[in-house]
Amino acid sequence: MKNFQIIRALSSKSAVSSIAKENSAMFIAGGTNLVDLMKKNVVSPDKLIDINGVDLKKIEFLTGKVSIGALAKNSQVAEDQLIKESYPLLALALAAGASQQIRHMATVGGNMLQRTRCSYFYNPDMPCNKRVPKSGCGAIGGANRMHAIFGASDSCIAVHPSDMCIALAALDATVFTEGPKGKREIRFTDFHRLPGNTPEKDNTLLDKEIITSIEIPNNNFTKNIHYLKVRDRSSYAFALISVAAGLDIKDNTIQDARLAMGGVAHKPWRLTEAEEFLKGKTVSEKTFRQAADLAMKGARSYGDNDFKLTLGPNAITEALTIAASK
Amino acid sequence: MSKTSNINRVDGFAKVTGSATYSAEYKTPGVAYACLVGSTIAKGRIKSIDTKKAEWAPGVLAVITHLNVDKPAGYEQPKKRDNLGQPLQIFKDDTIRYYDQPIALVVADTFERMQYAASLIKAEYLKEEHTTQLEKVRDNGKTPERAKDYNRGIENGYKNAEVVLEEEYTIPTEVHNPMELANIIAKWNGNKPILYTKSQGVEGTRKSVGNVFGILPEDVEVHSEYLGGAFGMGLHTWPYEIAALIASKKIARPVKLVLHREQMFTNVGFRPYTIQKMGLGATKDGKLTGLTHEAIAQTSNYEDFTEATVNMSRFMYDCANVSTKYKIVEMDTCTPIWMRGPGEATGSFALESAIDELAHKLNMDPIEFRKRNHAEKDQEQNKPWSSKYLLECYDAGMERIGWKERKNKPASVREGEWLVGYGMGTGTFGSYRNPTTVKAKFLADGSLLLQCSVNDMGPGTATMMTAIGAEITGLPAEKVIIEMGKSGLPKGPTQGGSATTSSVGSAVHDACNLLVSKTLGLATENETFKNTPIADLSFGNGAISSKKDTKKSLSLVSLLSANKLEELAVENESKGSEDAKKYSIYSFSVHFVKVLVNPNLGKIRIAHVVSCADIGTVINQKTSAGQMYGGAVGGIGMGLMESLEIDHRFGRAINNNFADYHVPVNADIEKQEVFFVNKKDPVSNPMGTKGLGETALVGMAPAIANAVFNATGKRVRDLPITLDKIIEAVKV
Repeated sequence: MKNFQIIRALSSKSAVSSIAKENSAMFIAGGTNLVDLMKKNVVSPDKLIDINGVDLKKIEFLTGKVSIGALAKNSQVAEDQLIKESYPLLALALAAGASQQIRHMATVGGNMLQRTRCSYFYNPDMPCNKRVPKSGCGAIGGANRMHAIFGASDSCIAVHPSDMCIALAALDATVFTEGPKGKREIRFTDFHRLPGNTPEKDNTLLDKEIITSIEIPNNNFTKNIHYLKVRDRSSYAFALISVAAGLDIKDNTIQDARLAMGGVAHKPWRLTEAEEFLKGKTVSEKTFRQAADLAMKGARSYGDNDFKLTLGPNAITEALTIAASK
Repeated sequence: MSKTSNINRVDGFAKVTGSATYSAEYKTPGVAYACLVGSTIAKGRIKSIDTKKAEWAPGVLAVITHLNVDKPAGYEQPKKRDNLGQPLQIFKDDTIRYYDQPIALVVADTFERMQYAASLIKAEYLKEEHTTQLEKVRDNGKTPERAKDYNRGIENGYKNAEVVLEEEYTIPTEVHNPMELANIIAKWNGNKPILYTKSQGVEGTRKSVGNVFGILPEDVEVHSEYLGGAFGMGLHTWPYEIAALIASKKIARPVKLVLHREQMFTNVGFRPYTIQKMGLGATKDGKLTGLTHEAIAQTSNYEDFTEATVNMSRFMYDCANVSTKYKIVEMDTCTPIWMRGPGEATGSFALESAIDELAHKLNMDPIEFRKRNHAEKDQEQNKPWSSKYLLECYDAGMERIGWKERKNKPASVREGEWLVGYGMGTGTFGSYRNPTTVKAKFLADGSLLLQCSVNDMGPGTATMMTAIGAEITGLPAEKVIIEMGKSGLPKGPTQGGSATTSSVGSAVHDACNLLVSKTLGLATENETFKNTPIADLSFGNGAISSKKDTKKSLSLVSLLSANKLEELAVENESKGSEDAKKYSIYSFSVHFVKVLVNPNLGKIRIAHVVSCADIGTVINQKTSAGQMYGGAVGGIGMGLMESLEIDHRFGRAINNNFADYHVPVNADIEKQEVFFVNKKDPVSNPMGTKGLGETALVGMAPAIANAVFNATGKRVRDLPITLDKIIEAVKV
């Protein structure tokens, strides 16, 4: 790791103005991903702007929505009683991620910005278009068990690694940012992006922009919900496939549905077609299976991850079945 | 072994409070920090290496490569082990033999400056085509000197049987990766090297280092007092240790070198990738008539590594016709090294899976099949067993796991949505005893000091020594002091092959008995016991007393003080008896597992594990159970998760970190039990113990594969059993 400077910002405004002056600076919050990346020389900023002192840790229950500060810790959100009651899908997804120690350090904003776990990205001696544009994709034709089945490109088949973001995509959250050009709102499902020819960009955050908070509108997905995470061991492993499922059921009829998948694309993969299909249908495993098959349309695998084509619809069906049974 | 059979780990407090000093933690004034820079190709030559920027970086004391190294004297000497190749001679020339092979060492005044300087080194290579995929070169195997083909009865006699099974099993490369990284502090006292290093054998390290530097082992000082696990990786003296010594000599300062976690996957050995072919034959009523076991395993292109992968098949079951073959194939990787349970763990996956498959073919309960083929003697060596309570292990395990709930027909038991499966696998490991010298001393304060250069990588060697010392002398365990894990002490064995208790425990046993006799002898010269024959004296509770006149007593402290002695010492070498050679001495274990499988998600839950073992006398229930739990967990990792993935296009490891290389977590195993037969072996050694550490893992992986088959009807023959192998893969 090369020498770097660290300075502390005490407000989002000062954080943005500090970074605006720099060529090679990055924000640091929990550091659970950035420090690893720096140790491995994947990124090597000259300066870190420590934003842990910025007052963005609050969880506020407002009329019709909740606002969660970007610096709220993952464990703080996951264990908040009102979050558990009103947005249980988010609490479940958060608890499925990483380990308790990491959740104590990791922030909501940092979680959204964590980089892919693709092995080729983490190794500076390997080709990776995400790390070094135009250097090639190691994962295509290589070890790609973890990799994408939706929305990938010839440049990149990496997947977004977060659990929390899958729930936030399903719950129609909004991201609030602040940058040199002012404040913005971004729909959560538009925040992360597909790789295309520029896989170096994970998201639509502008240069030197900071996430200040997210908001989730109130919803009826408080009972029949499930976050299913399929992974290689029971804790501390990234999802091979995860499914965030929310159903609003009245008299055994699905009024509304939310479905998003993790571990399958460069961004949280919202399954809107399957959601539409479910609306108005009676709860049954056959319906869930049909929705799952619909959701898998256009999926494509790359060798080691062929199994995801089978696992995907099975996981969706299972998540919906468990959600409906609650 | 009654009073002492359950004492707490004597070093437990030091370990959990951080006061135990591991190799890299020794306070060493003037220490400099070093690291190794690895090659980014798997085979070829270094064309050029640019070290300028690193040399000019702040705080850098030296950069060492093949271009400027002061080659140790031993590099020029003829090979010590011609038939085995030789350990990698670090920085000897420009040859690259494996990916991440060290090409440079950077040493600086601080850790951070060393790390930064290392990132500035750039090399160019002349690449050659590498081989890292065993399947592609499986026919290039050679039979190593130490692993000759074996035949009993008709070669490949299984083929003539009424019921025949032929299958192939594969295990991937697995890495030891103990919590404590490989580490060393190296320094020199004139021409004599001093190492604080992670070694499983102080005496072995002295010999290896002596060979490299052309000096006598006696001139090498080694400290390896505490180890944070090793699992076998400390059985070799690795190039990083030599590199640190070279650097220390060059800069005339102590040098600390701790491998990065990534380097633990590439530079300090591993369990070799192994392909095994099994051929089994039986009569329709379940008598095994033929067994052929062939293994092809990877080694490096510079050292022959062999292990006992096929050996278990020669004696585990009663069978007239047995053939084994073992071959190794040179590949462009670091040399493998024995990993817990070593070859037997690998071999048992093939043998115990195949036995289960054949039992299924015969429509017979797999335990019933094993019992019908129970070996009443060791047919390989044609000797009786010293003791064998394997049948007791079967019965104990069957009861505890609930074997009667098992159905022979796969996929026929359910708990809710989960498919339920029961499986078991048998393990065994030879019980060895190596010559060991122990010095036992009564000190002036009445305590007992036991000294031996053996070290303790975690099983509880010091605790075992304490228990035996306390038992023989009758002193409380708190009065026993252990000094171990460094050179200069009486010579102990390398810790490996489950031989430590048998070797060192026996030596403690013998030395303490001699010390008690010597003490009693001295007591007869004392006023209190004048004219009392030594046979009438006894020693206990820190005092000598007369068996006939219990009022007559003399404390150890008084005896030493009366004779103006600081200590009373005995040094003694113990070794196995000739009588023991008439027997075949093996430990036996049986692992039972109950799995729950979700066939849609491929998820395998380890609902219950019962590990039963016949290890002779159990010296300490706590540390023994700890070993058995740990070994079983290691076997679960082997069965379900562990695999070093190589991208063969580059010849390099992909998952060389703990986030991607999975070992089990607590939540993976829902219930775990351990059972010991705890019956004394009559010939193994004075305590009647047999080995434990290795057999604790042997047989676990096949138990899982067998349970998964019983649950789902899917037979997985290539480890690990990841969920993608359970669900059906389809390609669009």
